[in-house]
Amino acid sequence: MKVRKFLLRLADIYSFVQKVFKHFFFPPYEGREILRQCFMVGNKSLFLITFTAFLAGIVFTKQSRPSLASFGAESWLPSLVSQAVIRSLGPLITGLICAGKLGSNIGAELGSMQVGEQIDAMEVSGTRPFSYLVVTRITATTLMLPILVVYADVVALIGSFLMVNFFNNSSFLLYFNEVSENISYLDIFSSLIKSAFFGFAIGIVGCYAGYHSEKGTTGVGKAANTSVVVSMILIFVIDLLSLQFTNLFRR
Amino acid sequence: MTSQHVHTASARSAHQKNGNVVVSVRNLKKAFGDRPVLNDVNLVLYESENLVILGRSGTGKSVLIKCMVGLIRPDSGYINILGKEVFKLSPKELNELRLEIGFSFQGSALYDSMTVRENLEFPLKRNLGIHDSKKLHELVMTALDDVGLQHAVNMMPAELSGGMKKRIGIARTLILNPKIMLYDEPTAGLDPITSTEINDLILSVREKYHTSSIIITHDISSAKHTSDRIIGLVDGRCKIEGTFEELRNAKDADLEPFFNY
Repeated sequence: MKVRKFLLRLADIYSFVQKVFKHFFFPPYEGREILRQCFMVGNKSLFLITFTAFLAGIVFTKQSRPSLASFGAESWLPSLVSQAVIRSLGPLITGLICAGKLGSNIGAELGSMQVGEQIDAMEVSGTRPFSYLVVTRITATTLMLPILVVYADVVALIGSFLMVNFFNNSSFLLYFNEVSENISYLDIFSSLIKSAFFGFAIGIVGCYAGYHSEKGTTGVGKAANTSVVVSMILIFVIDLLSLQFTNLFRR
Repeated sequence: MTSQHVHTASARSAHQKNGNVVVSVRNLKKAFGDRPVLNDVNLVLYESENLVILGRSGTGKSVLIKCMVGLIRPDSGYINILGKEVFKLSPKELNELRLEIGFSFQGSALYDSMTVRENLEFPLKRNLGIHDSKKLHELVMTALDDVGLQHAVNMMPAELSGGMKKRIGIARTLILNPKIMLYDEPTAGLDPITSTEINDLILSVREKYHTSSIIITHDISSAKHTSDRIIGLVDGRCKIEGTFEELRNAKDADLEPFFNY
C-alpha cells in the first residue's frame, strides 16, 4: 500500500512538473507577475545572503590560512578561497538560505491560499491560478538564484579579502588578480547552471507542497516544512550530480 | 428522479411557469474512497429562480456545487450548464463557462494579500483584460455599491468582519456579471441580523443582475427568506422538493428537525 502511495505521488509530481513546462511555454504569459516575483525573491533573501556569504568568506579564509601557512603556501589562499567559493560554497549557501527563506514562504503562502479556498476561487473565476501562482514563482526562483549566487560569491570574496588584508596586508587588486587567474569559465558556468537547478528545485517543491496542502492549519505548517526539508535535500543531491557532471569536462 | 424523490405538485407547476432550464444535473455520483457523498443526484435550476439546497452538514451539498464548476470531478453523471456539458469541455471552454457562473465561497475566499480594490480588480484585469484605471475604479465602486461597502475599498481582508467578507466575496463574483450564482453556505457563522442582510443581498442580486441562483444552506431562515424552491438533500440524494411551506407541511423525518429547531 505504501509503495502504491509512493508511486502515485511520483506520478502526481511528474504531471505537476509537466504542467509547469506546458504553462511556461504556452500563452498566456505572466510577464508582469514574474517580474514582481523576481523582485520578491531578491528582496526577501538579499540581507540574509549578504550576511551569511560575508561571514562564510571570513570564516573559510581564517580556517584555511593556518593549514596553508604550515606548508608555506599562504599565497595560495586567494586561489583556494575563490575556487571553494565559486564552485561550491557560494551556490550552497545561497541555495540553502533560499530553501529556508523562499521555500517555506512559497509553501506556506500557497498552502494558506489552498486552505482558505483562494486557489479554488481563482479557478472558478477563470483566472488560471496555476500560471499565476505556480509558474511565476518557479520561473522567478530559477532566474534569480544564479543572480543571487553571483552576488553571494562577490560578497564572500570581499569577506575573504578583508581577512587576507588583515593578516598579510595584501592589496585589493593583487587579491582579485589571484582570484580571477584561478577561476575558469567552466567553474563559473557550472556554478550558474547548478544554481538555476537549485532555484527550480526550491520553486517546484515549495509550489507542489503548497498547492497540494491538506486542509487545516496543520496542512500549512506541513507544506512549509516539507518545502524546506525536501528542497534542502534536493540541493545537496543536485550539487553532487553537478560535481560528477562537471568533472567529466575537467578531465 | 429517484423513486424516493418526492416532487410536489406545486413545485412542478412552478417549473412550468419558470421556463428555461439553466442548470441540469443528472445521475450525479461522487464518492471519496469508500464513502459515497453524492448518490444519484438529479436536479434542475430554472432561469431567474432561487433554488435552495437544504441539508445537514456532510450530506454533499458543497461537493455538489463544486462539481458544477468543475472543481471536483464526479465519478459518474452529467452536469449541463447553459447548454454545455461541463465535463466534456476543454480547459479553455470550461474557463469561458466559469465566467458565466459566480461562486460565493463559505469562507469568502478573499485574496488576503490584496486590498478589497485589488480583489475586485483581479478578475477584471485577468479575465476581461481591463487595465484602464478609471474604468477599473468605476466598475469596482459600482460592485461595492451594490453590496453597500464602498467605504471598504482600500481595506485589507483581515480588517473586515465576517459579514463584510461575504459581501465583498459576492461583489467580486458580481463584477463579471454572471448569469448563475452559486452560494455556498452564505449565512454560515454570521449573527441573525447580518444573516438577514446577506439574505436580502441575495434577493437584490437576482433583481439587479437577473441571475439564477443555487443556495446551499443548512440555515432554515435563510432558506425561507431566499428560496423559490427547496430541495432537501439527505445522504447524498435529493429526497424531497417543493416550496418552503410544502416542505414544512410534508413532515419529512429527515427535514422536520430543521423546521422544529
